[in-house]
Amino acid sequence: MKSLGSIRRSFAPWADPASVPFIAVRNVTKKFGNFVAVDNLSLDIYPREFFALLGASGCGKSTLLRMLAGFEQPTSGEIVLDGQSLAGIPPYRRPVNMMFQSYALFPHMTVENNIAFGLKQDGMPKPQIAERVDQMLKLVKLDKFAKRKPHQLSGGQRQRVALARSLAKRPKVLLLDEPLGALDKKLREETQFELMDLQQQLGLTFVVVTHDQEEAMTMADRIAVMAHGKVIQVATPPEIYEAPNSRFVADFIGDVNIFDGTVSAAGPGAVEIATEAGFKVRLASAEAPAVGTKAGLAVRPEKIRVSRDKPSCAPLNAAEGEIWDIGYLGDMTIFHVRLKDGKVIKASSLNAVRAVEDPLGYDQQVWISFDENAGVVLKD
Amino acid sequence: MVTWSRFNIASIVFGFAFLYLPIVLLVIFSFNESKLVTVWAGFSTKWYVQLLHNQALLDAAWVTVRVGLISATVATVLGTLAALAMTRYTRFRGRMLFSGMIYAPLVMPEVITGLSMLLLFVAVGLDRGFWTLTLAHITFTMCFVAVVVQSRLLSFDRSIEEAAMDLGATPVATFLQVTLPVIAPAVFSGWVLAFTLSLDDLVISNFTSGPGATTLPMKIYSQVRLGVTPEINAVCTILIGIVAMGVLVASVVSRRREIQRVKDEQAAFAL
Repeated sequence: MKSLGSIRRSFAPWADPASVPFIAVRNVTKKFGNFVAVDNLSLDIYPREFFALLGASGCGKSTLLRMLAGFEQPTSGEIVLDGQSLAGIPPYRRPVNMMFQSYALFPHMTVENNIAFGLKQDGMPKPQIAERVDQMLKLVKLDKFAKRKPHQLSGGQRQRVALARSLAKRPKVLLLDEPLGALDKKLREETQFELMDLQQQLGLTFVVVTHDQEEAMTMADRIAVMAHGKVIQVATPPEIYEAPNSRFVADFIGDVNIFDGTVSAAGPGAVEIATEAGFKVRLASAEAPAVGTKAGLAVRPEKIRVSRDKPSCAPLNAAEGEIWDIGYLGDMTIFHVRLKDGKVIKASSLNAVRAVEDPLGYDQQVWISFDENAGVVLKD
Repeated sequence: MVTWSRFNIASIVFGFAFLYLPIVLLVIFSFNESKLVTVWAGFSTKWYVQLLHNQALLDAAWVTVRVGLISATVATVLGTLAALAMTRYTRFRGRMLFSGMIYAPLVMPEVITGLSMLLLFVAVGLDRGFWTLTLAHITFTMCFVAVVVQSRLLSFDRSIEEAAMDLGATPVATFLQVTLPVIAPAVFSGWVLAFTLSLDDLVISNFTSGPGATTLPMKIYSQVRLGVTPEINAVCTILIGIVAMGVLVASVVSRRREIQRVKDEQAAFAL
């Protein structure tokens, strides 16, 4: 069997100008009274893609999902699915199905009947319905619970019934609204991988709405980071993390240290910034902002080294400080280092050696340093 | 074990006596041998036997039941629709006025409701009888159904309707297959309430019925004016019995369901 990784690694239709998007959101705006929930938004989602809409609550991600499902109509703009405009098509005629955040199982029906509901609406013959329901129950490993009612199931089981029900009609697109939100941490992690396997196995397009960045990073092929009804960045998880296009994305995804400064020199492929923290930074950067402009600099904690000795690159990309706080997590340790100007920097280091003879302690004078390709220049 | 203070015992005894003493007296005297209602002359069931031969009373009972069944059913349909309209379309013009008008009959003196109905029926030239009586009962019981169903709909999870539509059910199919089954208990209790209200209504019935459509409460009332007979006591005892049975069955059923639900949930988490 081909591993999922080998399929995934080569999957990048968005990079291919010849590929046709499966879902095309074109300049969609949605207003509720004076409130603009979705603001002139455009997106392309490709066949078999696992696409995540990520953002804080109220950023418009759920409204966008509900417009895809047909529960809300765009105020302006258009959504095209597989070449067909969805304007004016009611939810019950769309080839998409949705898994609801609350699961929305029918409380008066058994698990079996919940899953069969959509098939019955299509007038599928009974033997075929029974066969499909059986198949779905096996898929989500609930064959023993067919005759139960939703209130007789645990949270994780309900989640799987909801999943089976939304997959039963073999929709072209599955919309998932915070699919793992109601599960506890351990179950959530397991289910993430199950969902990914399922998506590959069935070859479906998944659009998932989540506020949990870890969930989005783990599962999605691409993530759209949203805020105030707009898409801020659409990219693969590594791109979002390593090359955020804005201060907002850098700050929203993971931990980050942001240094403000002024561009002091810019050459081909590199840029120098004089930070307000008092040290100079040289970074590899494809784009070179003009000398004298303000710029931000984002460096992730795991890319910052903490050392007792003065690093060889000093005074570039290095600064002196003292250890302010230590968080020991087992697999790694998080240092808060206070620089001379009072700014506190987060740095994390992997505890690769089992026991360190002379660990760094509180109030110790240390150097922080990072490589030329460790940081990203933020222009805004 | 909870210890009972004398005060608690006294208040319970007094409270129950206050509520049930008149009813207990009525039941006891329905088994009285004597024709005099207030003088005990030994146990007998003869008034019950006599009851079976009182055609007028039986006719009245039959009218009451028919009016109750028809009016409760129609009122349930209308009341449920009104409740749906009020919970679902929250932004139409004049909604406040509409909802206020639905609740008005709850507090309107029955005399006024009855009188206005009478005036209406006279004005449109409708002969008063069984159907005017039924119409009047539909009108005044409908608002009770609306209130009961509306309170259920307010806690109704709309996402299950969206899920149904998402799975291909048209709005009508969604209502019939999802909404209605889920709110059915509330609709049913609305029906029971409407039926009970219709059964024992006297004032509105007096205004709106005509010859040949005498309900049981009307019949009892008119007989009592000629003096209370043990026969009336017997009818009332039977009515009390029916109502008590209804209440008992309803509470046992809901208690069973509650126990079953708790058991189910425990079973689910024990897995």
